[in-house]
Order: sequence, then C-alpha cells, then structure tokens
Amino acid sequence: MTKKHTATAALRRGLLAATFVAGACAAFAGAASAQNLRVGLAEDPDVLDPHQARTFVGRIVFTALCDKLVDVTPDLKFVPRLATSWEWGADGKSLTFKLRDGVKFHDGEPFNAEAVKYNIERAKTLPESRRKSEITSVASIEVVDPLTVKLVLSQPDVTVLAQLSDRSGMMLSPKAAAAAGAAAGNKPVCSGPYQFVERVQNDRIVLQRFPDHWNKAAYAFERVTYLPIPDSTVRLANLRSGDIDIIERLEATDVKTAKADANLKTASAVGLGYQGMNINLANGERAKNPLGQDKRVRQALELSIDRDAINQVVFEGQFAPGNQPFPPANPYNAKEIPIPARDVNKAKALLKEAGVTTPVAVEVTMANNPRSQATMQVIQSMAQEAGFAIKLKATEFATMLNEGTKGDFQANQYGWSGRPDPDGNIHAFVTCKGGLNDWKYCNPEVDKLLDEARTLADPARRKANYTAVQQILSKDLPTIYLYHESWIWGMKKKIDGFVAHPDGMIRLDNVKG
Amino acid sequence: MLNFIARRILIAIPTIVLVSIFVFVLQKLLPGDPILVLAGEERDPVVIEALREKYRLNDPLPLQYFAWAFQALQGNLGISLRTNLPVLDLIGEKLPVTLQLAAMAMTFALAIGIPAGIMAAVKKGTWWDYAATGLALWGLSIPNFFLGIMLIFLVSVQLNWLPASGYVSPAESLSQNLRTLVMPAFVLGNALAASIMRHTRSAMLGVLKQDYVRTARAKGLLERVVIMRHALRNALVPVVTVATLLFGELLAGAVLTEQIFTIPGFGKLIVDAVFNRDYAVVQGVVLCTAIGYIGLNLLADVLYVVLNPRLRTR
Repeated sequence: MTKKHTATAALRRGLLAATFVAGACAAFAGAASAQNLRVGLAEDPDVLDPHQARTFVGRIVFTALCDKLVDVTPDLKFVPRLATSWEWGADGKSLTFKLRDGVKFHDGEPFNAEAVKYNIERAKTLPESRRKSEITSVASIEVVDPLTVKLVLSQPDVTVLAQLSDRSGMMLSPKAAAAAGAAAGNKPVCSGPYQFVERVQNDRIVLQRFPDHWNKAAYAFERVTYLPIPDSTVRLANLRSGDIDIIERLEATDVKTAKADANLKTASAVGLGYQGMNINLANGERAKNPLGQDKRVRQALELSIDRDAINQVVFEGQFAPGNQPFPPANPYNAKEIPIPARDVNKAKALLKEAGVTTPVAVEVTMANNPRSQATMQVIQSMAQEAGFAIKLKATEFATMLNEGTKGDFQANQYGWSGRPDPDGNIHAFVTCKGGLNDWKYCNPEVDKLLDEARTLADPARRKANYTAVQQILSKDLPTIYLYHESWIWGMKKKIDGFVAHPDGMIRLDNVKG
Repeated sequence: MLNFIARRILIAIPTIVLVSIFVFVLQKLLPGDPILVLAGEERDPVVIEALREKYRLNDPLPLQYFAWAFQALQGNLGISLRTNLPVLDLIGEKLPVTLQLAAMAMTFALAIGIPAGIMAAVKKGTWWDYAATGLALWGLSIPNFFLGIMLIFLVSVQLNWLPASGYVSPAESLSQNLRTLVMPAFVLGNALAASIMRHTRSAMLGVLKQDYVRTARAKGLLERVVIMRHALRNALVPVVTVATLLFGELLAGAVLTEQIFTIPGFGKLIVDAVFNRDYAVVQGVVLCTAIGYIGLNLLADVLYVVLNPRLRTR
C-alpha cells in the first residue's frame, strides 16, 4: 500500500501545482507609466476617417487626433480652433474663416485654405462619406488667400458652423488623404494634438503627442491609449484595479460604487441628446390604431408617465427628465412648456373623450439593453393605471432601426445622441420629408418654422421659432420625450483639469495626472 | 495512413462548401439592413444607395454568393464593412490570440482534469473521489460569465494581482501577455477540466478492472508504475479524442470569455460583426471556424490511430 501512496502523492503534488499557476503568474507585477493616459471606451470605434466615421466613441478619439475648424464650449458657444475667427456674409449666404497660422499636419504638410477646401470637398464628394447631409448647403469653397477661406452657401444656413465644430470640420492632410483614398482611416493623418501610432481592432488605439502642434503646451500626456471595454462592469473593474485612468459612460447605477472608492472620482454632464418614445402616425398599416390616429390618446399616454420617477428608479437620479428635444440647460429649451405632472384622472378622461375602448393595446419596440427595458417596464406599469395595455418587444438595435424605416412598428423607444445646434435635434425628425422621420409626422406649419429657423442668425428670433414648434409638438406628440442622458466619467483621483462637456467628449487640453 | 487522411480531406470539401452556403443564406435572413447600420445617423438616400452599390448588396443572392466564393478561392475574403480592413488580415490578427487562449485553457483543463480524474478513480469511493466529482459538477454548472466577473473582482479589484481585462501580444511583452491571459484561460478551461476529469475517471475505472492491471500488480510492480505506465496509457486514448474535440468547443466558449475579458480574439470579432451586420467578416470567420473544426476532427482520428496501435493494421 505504501507504493500506492507514493503514486497518489505525486498526483496530489501535480494537482496543487496546477492550482497555483494562477498565483505564480501574478508575480509579474508592473504598472504603466503616468506618461501614458489609458482611456476606457464603451465600444470599439469604427473607421478613423472623420468623413466616414459614424460612432460616438470614434468622435472621442478624434478629439485628440483630428483638430477641427471650431470647437464648442460646455455652454454651447462656438470658439476658435483651427479657425481663429469667422464672419457671416450680409445675406447669410457665405461664411468666411480666418485660419490659424503655422499649423502643421502630422506628416509635416502645412494647414491652409487649400487644405480646408480639399477636406470639405472630400466630405461632400467621397462616395463613402457620411457627412453629406450635414453640409448640403455648402455650394462651393473659395480660397481667398492662404489663410482665408470662404464657404458659399446655396441658401442661408446658420447650422453650418455647428457642423464644422464636429467631424465635418475636421481636417485630414490633403496629401495623405489623397494617397489613401477611402482607406484614409486605416492610418489617419490629421493635425490634432496627438498623432496616430497603431490600432488593433477591438483592442486598442494608440496615439502619441504631436511635437509640432500649435498648442502643444496644453497637452501633458506623452501617449494616449484608448481601450474599448464594452461591459460596463468590467470597465469599472479596470478603473478600480488601476489598469485604466479614465472611463466614459460609467453606468448611473455604478456611480455610488465609484464614489465610495477612495482612489476614484466622477464627473458628469447632461448630454445634448434625448431619449423618447416615437409613435407611428402615418408610416403604413401599423399606424392605423387609436394611438397613431388620435392625439388625445397620445396625450393620455404622456400624462400617465411620471418622468421623475423613471429617473429616480432606473437611473438613480443621475439623468435629467425632459419633455423636449433640448435638455433643460440648453439655451433653446422652452421654459414655457414645463414637464407635465403625472395625472392619471386626466389621462382617463382624455381616453374617454376619444371614445376608445380601454385598455388601449400598444406595442412598443425597444432595444434589447437593460436601460431601455427598465425604462419601458416602468412606463408599462404606470400607463396600465391610466388604461393602456403596453406590450414590450425587445429587439436588437439594427433590427429596430430597419423596422422603423419600413413602418413596422406601433411605437418605439430610442433616442438621439444630440447636436450642439438645435436644428440637429429636431429638423430631420419632425419635418414632412425629414430623413429620420420614421413615424411620418407632417405639419406644414412646423416645416415652415423649422426651415426659417435655419436662416435666422439672431439667437432670440431662432428661439422664438423653436418654442413655437414645441408648442405644437407638445400637443401633437409624434415623440413623447422622456429624459436626457448624462455622460458620466469615472477617473483616478489624480487626474486633474478634466472638464465635463455635454457632448460627451474627452478633451485633453490642460488635463494632468 | 496517408490514404486515410487524403480520403478524409476529400470528404471535408463538400462540407465546407455547404457550410459557406448556409452561412451566406442564413445571415441574409437576419433582420436588419447592414447599410442602415453602416450609415449610422446619416440617412441620406444617395449615400445609402452608393454604399449598397459598393458592397454589391443590390445583386441577386446567388450572384453575391458566387462573387464571394470566387474571391474566397483566391484567398480574398473581402473587406470589413465596418472598418474597411481586409477580412483575411483581421482573421490573421485575431486567430492567434484565440488559439493562444484556447491552448492555455486546454493546458489548465488537462493539468487539472487528468490528475483529478486519476485520483478519483484510484481512490474511488473516498473523500478524494467525492471532492473531485463535486468540483467537476461545480465546474460544469458555473457559467463562464459569472465566474469571469467574480474572478475580476477578486483577483484584480481586491487583490490587484492581475489586469482586469485586455490583451498584450507576446511579441510586446511575454510576461504581460501571460498576465492578461491567465484568468480568461482559467475561466475557459474550468468547464473543460470538469469534462476531462469525468472522462479520465471513467476510463481509468474501466482499465483498472482489467486483467493485465491485476497481472502487473501481481508481478510486484510499483503502484506508481502500474497506474502511470500500464493503466493510464490505455485510459488516455478516449480522453485524447475527447480533448481534441473539446478544443473546438473551446473556440465557441471563447466568444463569451473574450467578451468579458475584452480580449481582441476571434470570438469578439464575430460578435461585433454579427451586431454590425458586417457580412464579409461573419462569412470569413465562420468559414475559418468550419475548416478548423473539420481539421480538429481529422486530428482526433489520426491521434486515435497513433495512440492505439491495434487500429494501424487495418
């Protein structure tokens, strides 16, 4: 028997050894240097060509990689970036930029009026460009002198400036872009504070400080590494374990955990976009039901909802309830139209007045993510009290968009990431021919007011138009706006100088740590 | 032997063609328009039409398939709709990552599963047996994603031993590479270890009852020699076959594990591609996986023959 014991003892040792491999490997310790800022993103960006890109996280990378003509401040004012000043023509049909002198692209090529002309023309003509509808009103670009460029517009359009504060206004080196063609995003050459080093898809994007940047003193980090980590729990775990310095889109429900950690801090800003419930009014057969045909039924549905309760229950009070496409702090938010309080009796009375049989059956399509599902479940139970029987249909996002375009929905819940200019949050969604108006809302009065607002340079007059539109929309209710998401960042305590912007970007100027 | 392998490869060809057709047709049945996903918030009809033309999505389905298959035969699997990168490059970049992960997971599985299986068989009905069997049940029952998140919290957040997620290539730093992969490999290998332990245990129990084992003992051989040289060698034949086939399963398990630990491998590539309706990538990856599975099956058959000389005479 002793021999048998020897054999099992050997096996036992093997077993123990295997168990401790994990522990042994932990001995390789090592932390990355503070010169490298590691940023945790919620998704992997798509192609890194500003004219082709479409993802939100892509814009975060561009903030460091590609400078644009103008930037936008947290209170939504436009400020110089590559352009130092700009002036509208007297008829509103031209916009002239004075450009910053001495700016270089990452390949050493000079930035000038020719480069601006090349880039805007590329955004307008590249077959793969996703920027075309943003700058349709730009008819031609004239080089006045090497540092002056004039955009000639086909009609007055004040929204152009806002478009140029984002990807439409980002500048690629004309030489590199012309050589690479549609593949320019594989090795982007821009003029931003950081230049492209490498990208491993789904893993990381590495940028290196650009030594010839016009404002290089403002950028402290030698390197920036963006790491896509889709799972929010894992993203936070990386931040807590010290593997990452800053993460975007910390879940509202995780804010408490992050705040409780002595090494971390958080920052947040209410975003530019909104989340809402869109109702099919005239897109095919599925619009033919009481909810789609009678605005009193839609008003009843709105009155059954307690938006503040949704914010408290689902988002721990971190977001901002809303009943308009513009968030509460946005200058175009109409204070005259407050969020209606929940009123079940009034909702019931409206349903009675509409003469519909209760419960009113409604199917709402939503994205199959926890956030949409939780929101809609709360609404489902609230609306039930007022006489609605809401059936929820969780669908994968791409499918939901497709069904929306085809009119295969009664109502759907999704949102819009938001634009700094008010036009970007409303025009395409509610004008008769709007490209994103899947519910086919059509009201000539709204079209007239919104088209006119595009031409008004005076903010007060513009606001009057938007307010008038909202007075109409808050009664017609093609979309029941629900809330405005907040961008929440989690970061190490030592990160200093980070400014929370409502556009959700991570701007690195004057950030240290 | 060569004849046998050649015959198996010939049979594999129609299988691969069928798989490629299935994948092609099935993903076209997926709801959701890749171009709408690709266009994002830009919904200009002109842009959408241009994109559709570029990716030949207006052609009839058989034409699309033949165009793809013709290119694939020449080693061109197309370009990713999402990132504009060649699919073959993406596969070349991601496959080694997943293979390394799978190999490490298999190492864990074998290092835990075989000794535990032997212990359980040799000490049948004792505390050792119950512990090993209980552990196997636990390993089979605990979901990957749960074990993964729990380990991240324990090992990374609380103990700060290993990075919580991510990947470093071995060329860059071998130690960092092992540090990033050890946890996911353990998670992935965990369920497999259980399966291998159970196979080893039952195979060993069968062998230990054989006459030749009794003879070996009667000869007065050391118990260690009886178990390791006489019993284990025979018991390993079915285990090796199972392990080779389980390697294919590892690739499937990697989909979830890579998602949790954010490892830029094959699994993450295909999940992202499906969600973005990146047809070219899905097709390329599935084709590669099918070839891999068939290859592994072939390998299992060959190994079986190598390990069991009695089969060679056929």
